[in-house]
Amino acid sequence: MTQPTFTDYYSILPFTILIAWACLLLLVDLFIPKDRKSVTASIAALGLAVTLGYGVSQFGKSVTGFSGMVVLDGFSTFASVLVLVSGLFGVILAYGYARRMNIQRGEYYTLLLFSVAGMMLMAQAADLIIVFLALELLSIPLYVLAAYSRNLESEEAGVKYFLLGAFATGFVVYGSALVFGATGTTSLTGIFFAASNGTPSLLLSIGAALILVGFGFKVAAAPFHMWTPDVYQGAPTSVTAFMAAGAKIAGFAALLRVFSVAFPTLSADMTNILWVLSVLTMIVGNFVALSQTNIKRMLAYSSIAHAGYILMAFVPYGNKDVIASSVAAGLFYLMTYVLTNFGAWAVVISLEKAEGKGLEITDYAGLAKKYPTLAAAMTIFMLSFIGLPPTLGLVGKFYLFRSAVSGGFIGLALIGVFTSLVSAYYYLRVVVQMYMKEGDPVIEREPGLAFTTTLTSVVIVVMSFVPQWLFLLASQAVLK
Amino acid sequence: MEFLLQPLTLLTFFPLVGVLVILLMNEEQKVAIRWTALVASLMTFGISLWVLQSFYAAESVTGAAGALHLEAKYAWITVAGWNIYYYLAVDGLSILLVLLTAFLSPISLLSTWTAVEDRVKEFMIFFLLLEVGMMGVFLAQDLFLFYVFWEFTLVPMYFLIGIWGGPRRMYAAVKFFLYTMAGSILMLVAILFLGIKTDTFNVPTMLARLPDLYATGAIDPRAQMLLFIAFAAAFAIKVPMWPLHSWLPDAHVEAPTAGSVILAGVLLKMGTYGFLRFNIQLFPSATIAAAPWIALLATIGIIYGAAVSYAQQDVKKLVAYSSVSHLGFVMLGMFALNAQGVAGAILQMINHGLSTGALFLLIGMIYEQTHTRDIKVYGGLWKITPVFGTIMLIASLSSMGLPGLNGFVGEFTILLGAFGSKAIGSPWYAGISAAGVIMAAVYILYMFQKVFLGPAGEITHHHELKDLNVRELITVVPLVVFMFWIGLYPAPFFNLIAPAVEKILSALPL
Repeated sequence: MTQPTFTDYYSILPFTILIAWACLLLLVDLFIPKDRKSVTASIAALGLAVTLGYGVSQFGKSVTGFSGMVVLDGFSTFASVLVLVSGLFGVILAYGYARRMNIQRGEYYTLLLFSVAGMMLMAQAADLIIVFLALELLSIPLYVLAAYSRNLESEEAGVKYFLLGAFATGFVVYGSALVFGATGTTSLTGIFFAASNGTPSLLLSIGAALILVGFGFKVAAAPFHMWTPDVYQGAPTSVTAFMAAGAKIAGFAALLRVFSVAFPTLSADMTNILWVLSVLTMIVGNFVALSQTNIKRMLAYSSIAHAGYILMAFVPYGNKDVIASSVAAGLFYLMTYVLTNFGAWAVVISLEKAEGKGLEITDYAGLAKKYPTLAAAMTIFMLSFIGLPPTLGLVGKFYLFRSAVSGGFIGLALIGVFTSLVSAYYYLRVVVQMYMKEGDPVIEREPGLAFTTTLTSVVIVVMSFVPQWLFLLASQAVLK
Repeated sequence: MEFLLQPLTLLTFFPLVGVLVILLMNEEQKVAIRWTALVASLMTFGISLWVLQSFYAAESVTGAAGALHLEAKYAWITVAGWNIYYYLAVDGLSILLVLLTAFLSPISLLSTWTAVEDRVKEFMIFFLLLEVGMMGVFLAQDLFLFYVFWEFTLVPMYFLIGIWGGPRRMYAAVKFFLYTMAGSILMLVAILFLGIKTDTFNVPTMLARLPDLYATGAIDPRAQMLLFIAFAAAFAIKVPMWPLHSWLPDAHVEAPTAGSVILAGVLLKMGTYGFLRFNIQLFPSATIAAAPWIALLATIGIIYGAAVSYAQQDVKKLVAYSSVSHLGFVMLGMFALNAQGVAGAILQMINHGLSTGALFLLIGMIYEQTHTRDIKVYGGLWKITPVFGTIMLIASLSSMGLPGLNGFVGEFTILLGAFGSKAIGSPWYAGISAAGVIMAAVYILYMFQKVFLGPAGEITHHHELKDLNVRELITVVPLVVFMFWIGLYPAPFFNLIAPAVEKILSALPL
């Protein structure tokens, strides 16, 4: 083992900044009085913003560190930026909400920072050991956050998430062990070389499949999605919003890297499995969402459905001609999803009242008459989820289905568009309530919520007219 | 600046100026909001006349007749293997529809003057947005751009039906939305497939590249047929062709008057226009193979629509089903694939917009006073409201195709084309469809007789019914003028269409 060099530290610098900031915040928070937790939130947001600023400056760089265990490349930078933006929204949404729901404690923000750091590391992981480390670092704070409300539902959510999450991590670890057994290495490139030189081994296939199961759980892909509705519904809404975005980005980033770097040799089998997984996830998510009456549960199933769409981008992962555009499409769709997701959850938080009131879809009746801008923003989010103009959702779906068709998976694209049609029904239900029914909703006016809904809705609409820049970013974030 | 001053860009997006102004206004300033919307749409109409003049100028250049004119073309998304252009242009296939859209929009807005009292601001915003979408559909020459506009029209129309519609408006709005989207998602996959195969979304470029792909077998005949069907699914639902029409009566009946006028007048034409612009040109051999089948469906639609119309007790529903019948004629003429048939089909699209638009406007005017559309409760209306009755009579006669009015010219040309069509292969379709003209006379005159003649009915008796006022006259008289103009002297209209029709037909391997 050689001494770590400057390059090694440089490769994990963004991650280090955030971890250091989180540790400091943990200490500083002890001296901040209970009624002034806004300071903690601001410091946390500042830390994320600083890391984000530094992260953005890393675009175009490509560095490998710690004997190839960690890489910093376009892909990891893109994913890290997305994760950091999610973290920022997570803090912004949480601040007013936590005070209103009486769960304002400083640890919230510290845990969030640790989790974001874990997600960033996940995007950089080039070794199964690092994948495991990152997975634990991002998951454990999320388990705690899910149970943060200390009421029955929240505790149930935390325990459920923890037990099933620990189980899923077990799958990843066991899978990694089998892969190590088959190839004698945990380095992703090492696995690829060992696998392409040796005979195809059953052990390697089983190991890869187990890893897929573990991450399928993290990104809420069917049939590993069972925990999602309960956890999303029980967890504090600001946590749900963060979890729905952050955990998905990290999970998909890891899946993409592990599969396309380490397991291209297995693509003949894995492509079929991923195809089935993607189709199943789209169908289960969209069809079960149809019957939901609680908006948090509906959005939970919608998040399952969107995992299915993103999985589409993985299906042709062994095909060298299309994988580049496919990865770009997947990342672009993730970004679209993240923006829409936070916008929609911000609206949910605006209407949520204590003790889980204000969360039925019928509670949105009459919103358009009383709060026209909020209803208009929610409409934009719903249209973006469906994939209709003038929103980024349309561009994202267009990109995604295009890469599926160009990979020769026309059937997959057809299933994708049909399930989008199904999804139109339940997303429109929200619009029907807001615009076409009478009601008298009352919203909480918080600057953070107004900021989030305005920013995301404007970006979603404006960027749909000029998506070139985002395309360029996504297409440069290609895995080597 | 140069980008914004292109005539077609200006025409498409000018209503947005109205939207922006209205956004700044207070919900309570209803009159000012209405005027703003009206002025914006009138100015759009003015721009469309400018476009028409430029179109004439461009057509008269030697050798340019029938080509795409007034092109506005800019690279839009050309990174990461994408090849998408912002590309608007107009030709003989679309110029009349563009004018119709610009013409019907202010008329529809005028009809809402007293009919829409609730949430006026939102209504006007959605309406103007809808106008942008419709213009875009008729002008876009890039498939991605077209798809964006095509899907976008769904959103404002959904709100127009769902918020300001009748008692079952939510059901009708969602049904309209899902039906239309069901078709367009298939088209989306086909667009992606074509885009990947030809490496462009730009329609003229695609048209230049496709023959090679067909010749080399890169897209085999079976694939071409599937692509044809995928596009046809989107358009056939919109037209609507039998048996995909079931959303139409619901949407028409529940929509507010202005919504029905635009729905019948313009939105349905997006379907027929789509067949003309995309199906026939992009998939020539599939078009010829499918022509007899489309003719069959069109004929069934003509007879079925007419028969069902006759059975209706709700005037609006009657007119709605008559649209199924009339658009059957349009489809029959178009897939006759000869000069008469296609030209007649294009003219009939305009005719249907004028006559059905007028009928919906007139029904809306009387409904505003009586709040019922039940044929049974009317009767003897002509005596009380002679002006209303006269205009209704003209619109009805135009709709049923009386010589001297516009409907006759369109239907006659279509039947002429369909009789001699090689593509359809049998004169029987035209023969049976001709019966549809007679049936139209039956259901329309039946309705007219029950409502306007005979002894005074319940409603006519008990209501103080007023005849049309000046605003209502201004709303419908322009339509009547065109009914006579096209009926008596259709040559200028045919001259606009003919070169473009010849051009697309000459590309077909008939």
